Amino acid sequence: MTDRDLHALSEQDQARLARAVMRRQASLSLRVASVFVVLVLGVPLVNYLKPDLANTPVLDFTATWLFLGVLIYPITVLLSFYFVGASNRIEASCADWRKTLAEERDR
Amino acid sequence: MSGFAWIPVLCVALMTAATILLGVYATRKAKTASDFFVAGRSVSVFWNASAISGEYLSAASFMGIAGLLMKNGYDALWYPVCYATGYLFLLLFIAGPLRRFGAYTIPDFAEGRFDSPGFRKVAVTFVLFIGFFYTMPQMKGAGLTMGEILNWPYWAGIVLVGVVITFNVAFGGMKGITFVQAFQYWAKLFAISAPIFVLANVYGGYGTNLAANAGKTEGTARDLVGSKIEGPRTAIVATTRDESATDPASTPRIARDTPITIKGADAYPANVLAFSRAGKTRLEFPEGAVIDKIFANALLKADQLREPYEEGIAPGLRGLEVGDRVFVPKGGVLEVSPYSSHRPDGLELHGPRAARIEFKEKTTAILKAGSFAPNAPPDLTWLRPFGPLSSKHGYPLLYTYSLIIALICGTAGLPHILVRFYTNPDGRAAKRTTLWVMVMLGVFYVFPPVWGTMGRNILPSLYAINKTDAVVIRLPTILKSPLLGQILSGITSAGAFAAFMSTFSGLLVSMSGALAHDIYGKILRPKSSAGSRLVAFKVAAILIGAVSMGLGMLVESFDITLMVGWAFAIAACSYFPLLLLGAWWKGLTKVGAAGGMLIGGLLSLSAIVSTMLIDKKVIHLEVSPLVRSLLEQPAIWGVPLSVGLMVVLSKLTPGLVPADIHLKMLRLHAPEELGLSKNYIDH
Repeated sequence: MTDRDLHALSEQDQARLARAVMRRQASLSLRVASVFVVLVLGVPLVNYLKPDLANTPVLDFTATWLFLGVLIYPITVLLSFYFVGASNRIEASCADWRKTLAEERDR
Repeated sequence: MSGFAWIPVLCVALMTAATILLGVYATRKAKTASDFFVAGRSVSVFWNASAISGEYLSAASFMGIAGLLMKNGYDALWYPVCYATGYLFLLLFIAGPLRRFGAYTIPDFAEGRFDSPGFRKVAVTFVLFIGFFYTMPQMKGAGLTMGEILNWPYWAGIVLVGVVITFNVAFGGMKGITFVQAFQYWAKLFAISAPIFVLANVYGGYGTNLAANAGKTEGTARDLVGSKIEGPRTAIVATTRDESATDPASTPRIARDTPITIKGADAYPANVLAFSRAGKTRLEFPEGAVIDKIFANALLKADQLREPYEEGIAPGLRGLEVGDRVFVPKGGVLEVSPYSSHRPDGLELHGPRAARIEFKEKTTAILKAGSFAPNAPPDLTWLRPFGPLSSKHGYPLLYTYSLIIALICGTAGLPHILVRFYTNPDGRAAKRTTLWVMVMLGVFYVFPPVWGTMGRNILPSLYAINKTDAVVIRLPTILKSPLLGQILSGITSAGAFAAFMSTFSGLLVSMSGALAHDIYGKILRPKSSAGSRLVAFKVAAILIGAVSMGLGMLVESFDITLMVGWAFAIAACSYFPLLLLGAWWKGLTKVGAAGGMLIGGLLSLSAIVSTMLIDKKVIHLEVSPLVRSLLEQPAIWGVPLSVGLMVVLSKLTPGLVPADIHLKMLRLHAPEELGLSKNYIDH
């Protein structure tokens, strides 16, 4: 059983494997999160520093209202869609843990 | 009203009956402990996502956001945006690891991750804490809605919702409510969207009604009002050149004579009428009135209040003096005009201003057609960022950022939402479910702001009576056809009921689960059988249901959104750092986690409670506007404080890092194929 094999791994190898899996997932999560954070935290800043730009009329809305009231939802969904796909690919690539471990040893 | 007032009652009754029947139907399938606690971990991604969305869309989402947006404009958009996008953080950092770890509740996670049964107790306290805080606004919503559509007393709606849901949860557990909540998501989506399309046909759509605030009134309700007004629109010089056509101080006008009831001084600030700077407002008092206080400075910033000229007589209030108590005779009419202040040397100050009055007792009045709506923020203030919500203490950017942090991090730390992730078969399904939840929430959250925007133009009398929270119930009733109006109002009333019921179900399951599974099963009787834990779950559900109803009766005078804000801020400063660091930093120890969670959570709780006490004038404390902003929106310091404490305290106690930490981290992050996942609850 893989389970028993993993438990039998040396503590050092367990640490290596955990680090390898986490590093891949974390870098993906942080990448997606940073796009989102820049978008969301950028909106108040634009509103504050460039009010004319934020309040430009677009289709009866103001630009900032259109973004926050409507557009942000599909944007967030697209980000999550990308994340779920990429995250599953990472998991698939980590499923062969012996290979992952070997790669991590070589680093 | 009309002869069709029974329709909303029928709709609510049907929604309640459907909830009970679906619950009973699903209950017959719920047999094992696993069914009760985590719906047998067998719910498909689509239904689970519907159920999570159904559970999440509470009274605050269904009624509160529309009301808050109507009241405050642009700033209130942050609520739906963060409620929905908070799930992205949950998805990126928490959903997968938490499900894989195989614990059922956050207390399970706390114990399993730190090998500390003691920490479980701390975590359980917070489940109950946040749960009760989140329950209170649901109860208030139930009481308010039944009062609105049926004139029931406040407590009656609470008892109805409380009893029905407690019954469902006690008999069906998690499996019983999963189907109900999934059904309720679709009911809510229909109820928030369908009436909008009918109303937009008559009164113009989203964009048209928004543009009315920038001076383009064609095709909106305001256009219709404009033709009825006696005399010309008050001419006010525009502030900027490119907006010469727009009066920046304008507010919506009342279309027809509208009877209103204003509360007495004990309900402060609901006894206040702040008049528009844009033009005349006329109020008729058929029964007379006692005006307690007159302020001539309502629309000025706080730092200008102390200037001496405001103690003088406000010329716009003919015959009334500032500071006097005024008696209006029966049938008397009060006409309030904007006025200009003059310095002793005759120079005009600040341009036109407006007055504000406070009533002594509950008063009925008729708001005359053509009046500018009292208590409504001016058009451009409402339409643009940094309006009354974020600017009230003078630090709009700080306030906005702190609000965003509280809502996003809070979403990722709500215990009744997190429990739901354990109903996924595996970590991969947990991620797919979260993706679907974001689609479902995104579609829903586009609509409440449309209600608020249309309500501002069509039903501005709600501002005067401080009932913007009821806009989704009231708005359809103004349609020319009373039958159609009551049908649509019935649909939204039923949607609102679905909202309280589904969120309260979720809270009740997670709190009863905490009591039965964590306190009874793990702390009091570790050797108890699955059967006796099931009994404990049912007893706990009835107990907590009763306590929730009691608490709900106490909070009639609190704002729904305010109370939800408490729950989010506490969750953001306690559970969110625990889950984030617990899943990603192997150096976190139980002392660090518990310390950060307790200190961060309790400090932000005290900050919020203190602002509430200051607002209600229970304690008198002079604090600077900066401190006031930070107390009211504590997340901007609370979350970093909590995270920082966790790191520092963990570094001080390195010996407490569990021995098998690497295996634990593997279990959190390694794919299911490695076979490390372990279920705490056996089938």
